[in-house]
Amino acid sequence: MGLYDFLAQYWPRLLTGAGITVAQFLLAAALGVAISLCMGLMKLSQNALLRGAAVTYIEIFRGTSLVVQLYWIFFVLPLFGLTIEKFTAGYLAVGMNIGAYGAELVRGGILSVPKGQWEAALAINMSPAQRMRRIILPQALVNMLPPWGNLMIELLKGTALVSLISVADLMFEARQINSSTFLSAQVFGAALLIYYVLARFLVTPFMRWLERHMARKLGRT
Amino acid sequence: MLDKTGFPLEMTGEDTPMVSFRKVRKSYGALTVLDDLDLDISAGEMVSIIGPSGSGKTTVLRMLMTLERINGGVIYVDGKPLTHMPKGGQLVPANQRHLRSRRADIGMCFQHFNLFPHLTALENCMEGPVQVLGLSKAEARDRSEELLEMVGMISKKDQHPSRLSGGQQQRVAIARALAMRPKVMLFDEVTSALDPEVIGEVTNVIRQLVSEHNLTMLMVTHQMGFARDISDRVCFFYGGRIEEQGPPAELFGNPQRERTQQFLSAVREAV
Repeated sequence: MGLYDFLAQYWPRLLTGAGITVAQFLLAAALGVAISLCMGLMKLSQNALLRGAAVTYIEIFRGTSLVVQLYWIFFVLPLFGLTIEKFTAGYLAVGMNIGAYGAELVRGGILSVPKGQWEAALAINMSPAQRMRRIILPQALVNMLPPWGNLMIELLKGTALVSLISVADLMFEARQINSSTFLSAQVFGAALLIYYVLARFLVTPFMRWLERHMARKLGRT
Repeated sequence: MLDKTGFPLEMTGEDTPMVSFRKVRKSYGALTVLDDLDLDISAGEMVSIIGPSGSGKTTVLRMLMTLERINGGVIYVDGKPLTHMPKGGQLVPANQRHLRSRRADIGMCFQHFNLFPHLTALENCMEGPVQVLGLSKAEARDRSEELLEMVGMISKKDQHPSRLSGGQQQRVAIARALAMRPKVMLFDEVTSALDPEVIGEVTNVIRQLVSEHNLTMLMVTHQMGFARDISDRVCFFYGGRIEEQGPPAELFGNPQRERTQQFLSAVREAV
């Protein structure tokens, strides 16, 4: 069976799976960005306790395997009385993992804002919170967007792991089809193609657009 | 009332200086940048600081703006301690809250302008009045437009800093600092990063400030002619101390100290 005939027959299932993959990606991305901001700011805090908490978080989620984290959230937490539905467990694990990497990008982006900007904000007597929110973060954001583009593509591909806890994403559907038809080349070929299209024609253009848009807002055109 | 180390908790009386450095010491590790600095600046006075690089000139401004902590002594602004606060009859190092309340009296312009690149010229000026002083947008806009008019930048008010020349950026930066209505303005080598042909547009704005406003100003500069023209007093810094100070005509015309003479003749040769 050629790839074309294969797709003609199985595209509805693959499409449903791709929809779940996109949903997992969007939810994990939102969670990841929020965690990155929190942890990145905490890591730069004057308060040693906040700093310690951020370092611990980053060490745990960056230093251990995403699959193991996923299994912990889905299989181990219920043993402690915390049961999380598989769809939620999926994007929680992926988002929390990506948040640890993103925290370092946020921290780096903030530190990349020139010292003169911090001093000018202090000279007009802004509070540390105002300075961060109004002056530093908007500039830091622009500086950290290119590496975020990479991280988002990593995140998209990372969502394939949620199939291991039976979230019916693209990878899960592909494995199901494979186990009933044994058309391995066609099914995993199709999956490969769909992940590529999502990354290349959705995620990358969006991040490029965001970069251009933010650069324009900064007057750097 | 004096604290136990001999510094007044507050300076009162008619001749209270607007800015007063009392035995101020600043060091980075083993390197002493300023050594027991005593300097009083009266309200409305324009004081220029000149001297070789590394003599501590810029540090004086940065300490006054609270960008640098001091290692000894006390700085007073408008009679009240800036670097310290009274607590139980003693002066203790200022906390963030005290610094923030006292910093409102001081404005500063930097060598590299440091405009906020994500905001337009007008937004740069409005940011402080709106966010820090709590003015309404309309009030802040009126105030900012008036100042941009004064510095000759009203036609560029909607431009981002990246679209402005160095001289234009510095004029916006002056307007931004003035929009906070400080009592003391600090100018830190504001013409040093400019192309020679645009220096005049910035010095003219400062000239205008001196002649039309009653601001207290402290300026670090390498422009000897400019310092001579507009200052009430010039301080020559050398090795972290004031080596010589006086009215510009005297300091430039008839310097008493050898180091002053050497410095001034070296500067003249360079021009």
